Amino acid sequence: MTTHLLSDTRVLTVRSLTHIVRSPDTILTTAVTPIALMLLFTYVFGGAIRTGSSESYIDYLLPGTLLITIASGVAYTAYRLFLDLQGGIFQRFKSMPIARSSVLWGHVLTSLVANLVSVAIVVGVALVMGFRTGASVGAWLAVIGILVLFTLALTWIAVIAGLSAKTVDGASAFSYPLIFLPFISSAFVPTDSMPGPVAWFAENQPVTSIVDTMRALFAGRPVGTDIWVALAWLLGIMAVAFVVAMRIYRRKAA
Amino acid sequence: MIAAAPAAPAAPAAQAIRIRGIEKSFADLHVLRGVDLEVATGSIVALLGSNGAGKTTLVNILSTLLKADAGTATVQGFDVGAAPAEVRRSISLTGQFAAVDEVLTGRENLVLVARLRHVEDPGATADDLLDRFSLSEAGGRRAATYSGGMRRRLDIAMSLIGDPPVIFLDEPTTGLDPQARIEVWQTIRALADGGTTVLLTTQYLDEAEQLADRIAILHEGAIIRNGTLAELKRLLPAAKVEYVEKQPSLEEVFLALVGEPARADEPDRATGKEPR
Repeated sequence: MTTHLLSDTRVLTVRSLTHIVRSPDTILTTAVTPIALMLLFTYVFGGAIRTGSSESYIDYLLPGTLLITIASGVAYTAYRLFLDLQGGIFQRFKSMPIARSSVLWGHVLTSLVANLVSVAIVVGVALVMGFRTGASVGAWLAVIGILVLFTLALTWIAVIAGLSAKTVDGASAFSYPLIFLPFISSAFVPTDSMPGPVAWFAENQPVTSIVDTMRALFAGRPVGTDIWVALAWLLGIMAVAFVVAMRIYRRKAA
Repeated sequence: MIAAAPAAPAAPAAQAIRIRGIEKSFADLHVLRGVDLEVATGSIVALLGSNGAGKTTLVNILSTLLKADAGTATVQGFDVGAAPAEVRRSISLTGQFAAVDEVLTGRENLVLVARLRHVEDPGATADDLLDRFSLSEAGGRRAATYSGGMRRRLDIAMSLIGDPPVIFLDEPTTGLDPQARIEVWQTIRALADGGTTVLLTTQYLDEAEQLADRIAILHEGAIIRNGTLAELKRLLPAAKVEYVEKQPSLEEVFLALVGEPARADEPDRATGKEPR
């Protein structure tokens, strides 16, 4: 049985990217909310927040903002997948002699491209607002690697949502808790200002280790053990979400 | 390059589709209760049944989208349960709702399927099909702008790419206006003339009468009758001769007033506007 996983995935990724190119608002709207948050936190709340370090608040804020960008961006992946299921084209693909997982990979790779573009826009705005980093090329690559892993992990969660949703609203509702998660982490304020149980949650949820790692990479500090905790979370979430998504996909019929 | 002889089936057989004792339940709803049916290579068989009779369920089992609870089915000699990949290579499914990508243009839709079917020259295949289905003018427009009939033609054109020897059409004319319906009928006849095996489901009796070599009636989960139109007619008492004033049907009146469907595309070509 010959499969063409790579070429089929490429064809379906191009298809899905065409959708984005024809409605670029999906990328812009993904970037607008994080930019608004960044403005709000930097120019309204920021003056009152003590981060306990010498870096400027925008430097402190950016890593978490990038995670929020991705968390809201993946909702579009669930949405597009849901529309494919509704429209019947999903059924057509499944009855064709193509590598079966390529249908999902096309959406996942499209999500990666779209989210990295949104992230680049947010970083661009942050640079205008005064974000500065002395990060080396290696540190930048590590940051990009973490953002790629974060996007993939969340995208596979989005695939689960898109495949199992009953309504359009349901397809994207999963992203709200994900967008909210950075607020209960070290993304905007240090966790030691929070009351005990909240601080415990904030310190032990995935976002804090990811944010702390990226912050250290941008500042040129050693990342310590944070990066291993972050990678374990990212790879673990991605693996579980991938397995669940593929199982639902195989079961999903007409 | 499209109308083709069956592409090297495992066991060249007179029967393109063989269904034996297929059963399928959803929760406690016993939809199919032992379906037996054979479809001869190159013929058109209409699966006739009311809404909810299980026509779509049967088609989805044959296209490997659903697994049967019991029974066997082969398409071009390949078992749908044991060799789904080979079955998918032998078939094309046109589902109940035109499965086109609305964001892409008509031509892009065809190129997409041609690439996925690994056809040698996707662009030429697309242009050829646009021409055959009178969609050349509309080929550069997004499928979202198409009328129901154009969308259905594009849908069927997409199903022909790669010359699958067996085509399933699930209610191909549901929701179409009379002109579009006749266009689709012409397309289906041309397919069968080219040697393609067609299994179509319909709830319209006249559609089965117009198109099918054989008609199978699916009722309460089983095929209760299967035969040619003449054979089915013989099930009723012999024809009586009566004298009745011949009134034109409303369909004949409608078609006479708005023009023949075969010409529906010419204004399309001339003005670049979709036919109404």
